[in-house]
Amino acid sequence: MKTEDLIRALAVDGRTPPPALGRSVGDRLVPGIIIAIGTFFALLGPRPGLLTALTDDPRVFFKIGLTFLLACLAAPVMLQLVRPGAELRHFSLRLAIVPVLLLIAVLLELFAFPEADWGIRLVGHNAAFCLKSIPLLALAPFCALLLALRRGAPSRPALAGAAAGLFAGAIGATLYATHCPDDSPLFVATWYSIGIGLVTAAGGLIGSRLLRW
Amino acid sequence: MRSHDREQKWAALMRAALTGDEAAYQQLLRDLTPVLRAAARRGLSAGGYAGMDAEDVVQETLLAIHLKRQTWDVASPFSPWLWAIVRHKTIDALRRRGRRIHVPIEDYEDVLGSDEAEPTMLVEDIDRHLKGLPDRQRDVVRIIAVDGASIGEAAQQLAMSAGAVRVALHRGLAALAAKFRMGEA
Repeated sequence: MKTEDLIRALAVDGRTPPPALGRSVGDRLVPGIIIAIGTFFALLGPRPGLLTALTDDPRVFFKIGLTFLLACLAAPVMLQLVRPGAELRHFSLRLAIVPVLLLIAVLLELFAFPEADWGIRLVGHNAAFCLKSIPLLALAPFCALLLALRRGAPSRPALAGAAAGLFAGAIGATLYATHCPDDSPLFVATWYSIGIGLVTAAGGLIGSRLLRW
Repeated sequence: MRSHDREQKWAALMRAALTGDEAAYQQLLRDLTPVLRAAARRGLSAGGYAGMDAEDVVQETLLAIHLKRQTWDVASPFSPWLWAIVRHKTIDALRRRGRRIHVPIEDYEDVLGSDEAEPTMLVEDIDRHLKGLPDRQRDVVRIIAVDGASIGEAAQQLAMSAGAVRVALHRGLAALAAKFRMGEA
């Protein structure tokens, strides 16, 4: 088959316009998030007195807000990573706001409590449960994102998969944050990071195979 | 100036192509082909395979441009997107031949179309890959590509519905790209 022949076939196939990439990600992510929310209400549910806690303790607002912010900032990085030649730098720089905010919160917490309390606040009540719950809640969005990204074209498939894992992990963490009774930034910085990190690592591993093109 | 003009032209054609404009799309792919050919030659010789036939890489790159065209953001420039795909596919082709090289992306900015005519010989890889496709997909791709049939004509010849022809064509092209990717050489 000559190149000219191939072009003819491509042009005929091109009469069916492909759905935009952002759209196909959205179409898959919405059911993924609905499943995650369903799982959340079936197994965990919001903590008692969530609304009063949100206004009474800035730590509660901070942890939910920070995980939500992470999800919002990870999404565009993920999309840029599956677009060949797309500008990446300022999207990834914005993502750095999250660890900076977390570090500030940790320092404030260290000043607010005597050294003797640090250990208790770090370990919390629920560390192992947190580690299980974040990946569990992230699972459906994670699968949805990786499937959608197969229509993408990442120059670095592992990195794109990791970004999808980070985004899904942040969605799982945002939901979990409304259940979790441990509000100390020391707890969030440790266990939330590990939970989200596990999902990110899984995304990198799977992405390096699944997202090759 | 020249690269600015062609950027404008390519971007306009691709924007039309993404709405399903077959003529604009065919013109874009035809315009890109000599440039892809020159870029493939440059990439292959940088990787130490100067003598290798670049046409396989050109065809594989065209398939990638086609199957991934939804990843171009219409609000951003077209050329960086194109060069990133060319680079990815060139590295891929070299890697399958056992070379691992770095192809700097800026290297492509000044690539102009090669003056040489299209090689008239049939390209081996794609025909071998075509043979490995499921019967329906292979027949549809062949009738439309080689015989120049329309969707309607292909449907009539193969006693399929037009919708089934469209699906088989798209799946066949995706399968061809996958076979390129898996092929060892």
